[in-house]
Amino acid sequence: MINKIRTADEAVAGIKDGMTIMVGGFLGTGTPEILIDALVKKGVKHLTVIANDGGLPAAATGTTDRGVAKLLTAGMVDHIIASHVGMNPYIGDHMADGTLQCTLFPQGSLAEKIRAGGVGLGGVLTPTGVGTLIETGEKIPIGDREISISEPKETIKIDGKLYLLEKPLRADYALCRASICDEYGNFTCYKATKNFNAVMAKAADTVILASEKIVNIGEHHVDTFHHAGVYVDYIVGGEKPWQI
Amino acid sequence: MADLKARIAKRTAQEFHDGDVVNLGIGLPTMVADYIPDDIDIILHSENGFTGLAGAAEPGKEDVDVINSGGGYVTHVDHGNFFGSEESFSIVRGGHVDATVLGAMEVDDKGNLANWIVPGKMVAGMGGAMDLVVGAKKVIIAMLHTQKGKHKILKECTLPLTAKNVVNMIITEMGVMEVTDKGLVLTERYADYSVDDIKAATGCDLIIADNLKVNPVEE
Repeated sequence: MINKIRTADEAVAGIKDGMTIMVGGFLGTGTPEILIDALVKKGVKHLTVIANDGGLPAAATGTTDRGVAKLLTAGMVDHIIASHVGMNPYIGDHMADGTLQCTLFPQGSLAEKIRAGGVGLGGVLTPTGVGTLIETGEKIPIGDREISISEPKETIKIDGKLYLLEKPLRADYALCRASICDEYGNFTCYKATKNFNAVMAKAADTVILASEKIVNIGEHHVDTFHHAGVYVDYIVGGEKPWQI
Repeated sequence: MADLKARIAKRTAQEFHDGDVVNLGIGLPTMVADYIPDDIDIILHSENGFTGLAGAAEPGKEDVDVINSGGGYVTHVDHGNFFGSEESFSIVRGGHVDATVLGAMEVDDKGNLANWIVPGKMVAGMGGAMDLVVGAKKVIIAMLHTQKGKHKILKECTLPLTAKNVVNMIITEMGVMEVTDKGLVLTERYADYSVDDIKAATGCDLIIADNLKVNPVEE
């Protein structure tokens, strides 16, 4: 059987300047911190990051930056594609000074765009965002500049109802987190750590899964694992529960 | 002010029916959970990926795998269920959420809602709000009637919209308003605010219901 087990450093070694990476997690919960730490150590630049949010800054956790916030603070990100960025002031500040591009999608649309990218669809039609600047792409003032947080989108009428065409999103790498997986990469994320992890694992050329626990093939009943290991390229052990 | 917010939360909780699936926004809408009538059982949807949201976790007893959409550590009921974001919003857009309660920066008499961005000042992002107001069967705005005297209920929203024609009901400390084809109808007022007080605090025409109910002020 193919050996997918790697160290965190080995797993992220192929991530290069300018790549697009997806990062699972919701305000850090469900984000593979050991992969983020390895990437910060490697120190690549000009990344486009696709994630639900900008993680949590140290001011919010009371300890350290969490999740995507580590990449932002390290100045590794040129463009973030997310649904909510209000919890990490770094993003607003750097949108204002022009050093960070931010593209926003409604959370459900972001999930579906990633799903479409991962399952071979040309996009999805959603009623969400119709009649808003998510449809028109209208620019907004921030500080003394005008910025774009959304590209104009095509609308399509189906049976009399208007929908937005949301195109697929894909990435070079996806950094995902599991609570438990087997050595083939079949995995499960416990409770609210699921969020974007499974959907992102379908939508990248290379998928790295960091897991709290790795078990031998056949050690657990096959139904222990909710997501297919065929999506996973590398498995990294040693992911820890977040310490409050 | 705390009492006025409690009044709004308590009145909002009267809108639910036994078995409803409900999503509550951050802030005042979260308080609604404390006032659900004893004779009904609702299940709360948390858009980060589960149904069966219960209260905040006790300090020291947090499960780090269970947060709400604001990032706070919370608990869940035993009949709850956890799922990914794509499933969470399938539930929302698919019409499986009976009601959602959110705050607003602005809302107008056509049911247009603005609550996600203030140009020039704040770009928080919409998170799940755009999907929720489009997908939920009933959209209730629960908020203080004005922003320190400045109108929030308007003839036409000025801020970038969250969605068009989605709001069904507005509940404030002054009263209850329903969005109709004819405009905004005041159906209930609280005894400590006159119809004139409410009209003065509202930036659009207000149709006064024939059977306007006057709710007593609770101490």
